[in-house]
Amino acid sequence: MAKKEVVKVEHVGMKFNLSQEKVDNLKEYIIKLIKRELSFNEFWALKDVNFTLNKGDRLGILGLNGAGKSTLLKVVSGVLKATEGNVTINGKIAPLLELGAGFDSQYTGRENIYLYGAVLGFSKKFLDEKFDEILEFSELKKFIDVPVKNYSSGMKARLGFSVATLVEPDILILDEVLSVGDAKFRKKSEAKIMSMFDKGVTVLFVSHSLEQVQRLCDKAILLENGRIISSGDIDEVSKIYLEKTK
Amino acid sequence: MKTYIANFRKYRFLLIELVKKGIKLKYRRSYLGILWTLIEPIMTTIVLSIVFGTLFGNPDPTFPVYILTGRLLYSFFSSATNGAMKSIRTNSGMIKKVYVPKYIYPLSSVLFNFIIFAISLIVLIGACIIFKVYPTIYIFGVIIVLALLFLTAFGVGIILATMAVFFRDLEYLWSVALMIIMYASAIFYKVERLMNSGYAFILKLNPVYLLIHNFRQAIYGHPLNMHYLCGSIVFAICVTGVGLFFFYKKQDDFILYI
Repeated sequence: MAKKEVVKVEHVGMKFNLSQEKVDNLKEYIIKLIKRELSFNEFWALKDVNFTLNKGDRLGILGLNGAGKSTLLKVVSGVLKATEGNVTINGKIAPLLELGAGFDSQYTGRENIYLYGAVLGFSKKFLDEKFDEILEFSELKKFIDVPVKNYSSGMKARLGFSVATLVEPDILILDEVLSVGDAKFRKKSEAKIMSMFDKGVTVLFVSHSLEQVQRLCDKAILLENGRIISSGDIDEVSKIYLEKTK
Repeated sequence: MKTYIANFRKYRFLLIELVKKGIKLKYRRSYLGILWTLIEPIMTTIVLSIVFGTLFGNPDPTFPVYILTGRLLYSFFSSATNGAMKSIRTNSGMIKKVYVPKYIYPLSSVLFNFIIFAISLIVLIGACIIFKVYPTIYIFGVIIVLALLFLTAFGVGIILATMAVFFRDLEYLWSVALMIIMYASAIFYKVERLMNSGYAFILKLNPVYLLIHNFRQAIYGHPLNMHYLCGSIVFAICVTGVGLFFFYKKQDDFILYI
């Protein structure tokens, strides 16, 4: 059986404008425009990145700080639009980038479940059905009617994780999220993600813990200054990564 | 086009949630809650009626209705455009993390203000009864005016939303512009004297005044002014078209600036 291509990233480049002074008021903009002083300090966070993932592939993205790992995940999840190149996605994405980013601090836990669910594109009916499941998984029953501003960061992450992993996604994007909550919840969330792995979910995973990447992934790419310098089997790439970090 | 509609259906619930959130949070922790939507226009109308009716000696017995119509429409326009302008920045946390069609944010803030405005129309009904301004067949003109008002506020709102991402000082500029619009909308003065002077163009070029005038026509039982109505329609369609065009052209850059 030919494997289905799920993620296809072709020649992706992402350009940022890193001007020293960010011109964000009209007066300055016009003055600089007239004086021709508008400086565009270009910086390519990603350059000519190519890879293809089939269904069930688990890709670890390695690299030092600032290599472009998180930018790559944001481009794949659609938050950032690539300056050049193409990203083709077949399937439903669950981005676990920063959990609970869509929360409103004045809203209670209950209201936030619906708000965050809506942000992720779920319907009201679906959330009504899954509400008890969320409560149970997040273990926040006692605090569900308390405004989220009174939550601890661990509690917020637990609630976010419980909502974001409601559906069985085809593609799971993980950015250092397996380190949320206390040890007990971490075990639970890892078990949940593992169960998704068993169902053949495609994974893009960023972590600084090489041990974790090796445990979870079967493929890897190594980024340096926005370019892929090595890709392939996890063991080969991690060898190169280890040499780089020496 | 089909994908746009499918996408809209998918995020319809988010739109409803954001509108609900606006309404809920606006009055959270206030004792009178949503009642403020009614109390506030009543109080400002009383003040304006005393100042511009009694002190400046306006003989019209229905003057409070006149003020209220102008004030309600203007304050919707002002809060909706302000809300839409800031919507991208206030929701930057979400925009940076999850993909959501971005027009949802300005649209939800215009919608939320429109609902608050619709509730406050109850005050107008009360005032009409008290001051014996009874509806005629022309009252249905109100629907056309309100639809155009919504479109105008949305169009202006998304233009402001797009620009405000790149230029923060637009917020201050717009508050000055709103003040000019307020004084040029004939909220608390009668227009006759101005219309006969050389400054009539100030009113006629003000899209908010065109709408307020036709709204009053409908409330007071007169037919809509067709010239003004055409002006309103053209303005609403143009501003929404231009707004959507710019918004779609620039929306991928938002995230780099917020």
